[in-house]
Amino acid sequence: MTRGPTWFNITSLVVGFSFLYLPIVLLVIYSFNESRLVTVWGGFSTKWYVSLLQNDQLLDAAWVTLRVAFTSATIATVLGTLAALVLVRSGRFIGRSLFSGMIFAPLVMPEVILGLSLLLLFVAMDTARGFWTVMLAHTTFAMCYVAVVVQSRLVGFDKSVEEAAEDLGCPPVKTFFLVTLPIILPGVIAGWMLAFTLSLDDLVIASFTTGPGATTLPMKIYSQVRLGVTPEINAVCTILVALVTLGVIAASIATKRQQVQRERDERAAFGDG
Amino acid sequence: MDEVHVAAPPRRSLGAWLLIAVPYFWLFLFFLAPFLIVFKISLSQTAIAIPPYVPTFDLAEGWQAFTDSLSEFSLENYVWLTEDALYWKSYVSSVSIAAVSTFLTLLIGYPIAYGMARSPQSWRPTLLMLVILPFWTSFLIRVYAWIGILKNEGLLNQLLLSLGLISEPLVILNTNLAVYIGIVYSYLPFLVLPLYASLERLDGTLLEAAEDLGCPSWKAFWKITVPLSLPGVIAGCFLVFIPAVGEFVIPDLLGGSDTLMIGKTLWVEFFNNRDWPVSSAVAVILLLILVIPIVLFQNQQQKMAEKEG
Repeated sequence: MTRGPTWFNITSLVVGFSFLYLPIVLLVIYSFNESRLVTVWGGFSTKWYVSLLQNDQLLDAAWVTLRVAFTSATIATVLGTLAALVLVRSGRFIGRSLFSGMIFAPLVMPEVILGLSLLLLFVAMDTARGFWTVMLAHTTFAMCYVAVVVQSRLVGFDKSVEEAAEDLGCPPVKTFFLVTLPIILPGVIAGWMLAFTLSLDDLVIASFTTGPGATTLPMKIYSQVRLGVTPEINAVCTILVALVTLGVIAASIATKRQQVQRERDERAAFGDG
Repeated sequence: MDEVHVAAPPRRSLGAWLLIAVPYFWLFLFFLAPFLIVFKISLSQTAIAIPPYVPTFDLAEGWQAFTDSLSEFSLENYVWLTEDALYWKSYVSSVSIAAVSTFLTLLIGYPIAYGMARSPQSWRPTLLMLVILPFWTSFLIRVYAWIGILKNEGLLNQLLLSLGLISEPLVILNTNLAVYIGIVYSYLPFLVLPLYASLERLDGTLLEAAEDLGCPSWKAFWKITVPLSLPGVIAGCFLVFIPAVGEFVIPDLLGGSDTLMIGKTLWVEFFNNRDWPVSSAVAVILLLILVIPIVLFQNQQQKMAEKEG
């Protein structure tokens, strides 16, 4: 559709985006509130951020969460990329529909079911629960998101480039690293970031699969939120939102720049630039 | 390449088999096998032990012990689910809350996706980014943000009171209305994205043709735009409805004590009552309820992927 927007369109965009952003903006504003009463404005202050730095429990939880997110996102990206290659490239094989089912089902599966089932698996395997079990659980559901993101990149992929490399005698593994991976890299990076934030964010699955000594930040936030809204929690949330926003914006600028660069290279290569 | 060639499964090297085997095995071990365990435990009985259920398998005890333990399985937990009204009420109210919220999300999401698709080309990447960004920020934080807005002395009530629109605070937090708001807010990007994708691809010349032939624009919208955006509507609605049925965080933080949702019931059964067999049975039934929408969703995804590919 290429026709211009009407007043109705513009209004619905403005209303829609205010709805999406207003709650987060208010949360950020009130994290700078002097007053302990979260809904009464008592002047500007950064004292809640200072008190955060002295909250060891919260900092510990944040450190656990970052480690889990980093490890699980990395493994999930490798597995998810493999899974995407299987979905797009492997054609038919026995159990293919089961395979694609196992990729798509976790995307919509209620978290309580995923969490419960993984916990029961870990109990059955007699594994000590903690960092590793949360990490494995996060890897499993995040790899499905990675697979879907990378798959969409692979679908629009010009296969002739790969075939050319193989015709010139490049072995498949080398072709993958030299030709395929650089082209699908934006998808892989986006997949990693998605996996990272999903893990950073997850409360339910982590609560089921964790053990002593591995309390994640969302679990900590959740237990405090149940007691009520506090400016400290607003401050934690603001930091998380800021980090994610910066990350996403940086990544999109990087992708854009890379795209522009590649288009320029292509034009130069074809000599009409 | 001729037809026969396409249909025949390609020959595969060892490496290609390995490529399939690694993610396959992972998902099998960590996604499929756990369901079988959930099903097994749903047939077991609660016990005061670690783990808190009997019988437990111990393959080291040999075949005899295995068959003995099989005879201890029973459908007792499922019978229990039908006897206690709490469970079926939870299921019914989860499905109805999810259905109402999905409808409300569609009502709010459609104009947004439509507005995005009609906006100038140069705006679209920014608008798309604006829809995706909240999706990246923590779900828990976004739900939490609503508590401060909706509670009795919260920002919404303060605003309405100071405008003189109401004389006493509205009770919204801890009601089903708050749950609806929470679900709509959290899942809106899931609906807008697929919907925008199908609206953007819509051929504008069809609408021009209808207009040239004297069709009023609302009718053109209803007869052309809506049917052609249907795949996006369906995909979006599934993406909202299915996870919303099993939602835990939103009813727990925004809902009241009378807000029954099955995700919350399961959580309480597991963490507070420590009844693993009953919570497993709750999960099995929830899965049975969701299996049809999940299969429909998957078929639709596959169809859309094939169309693109």
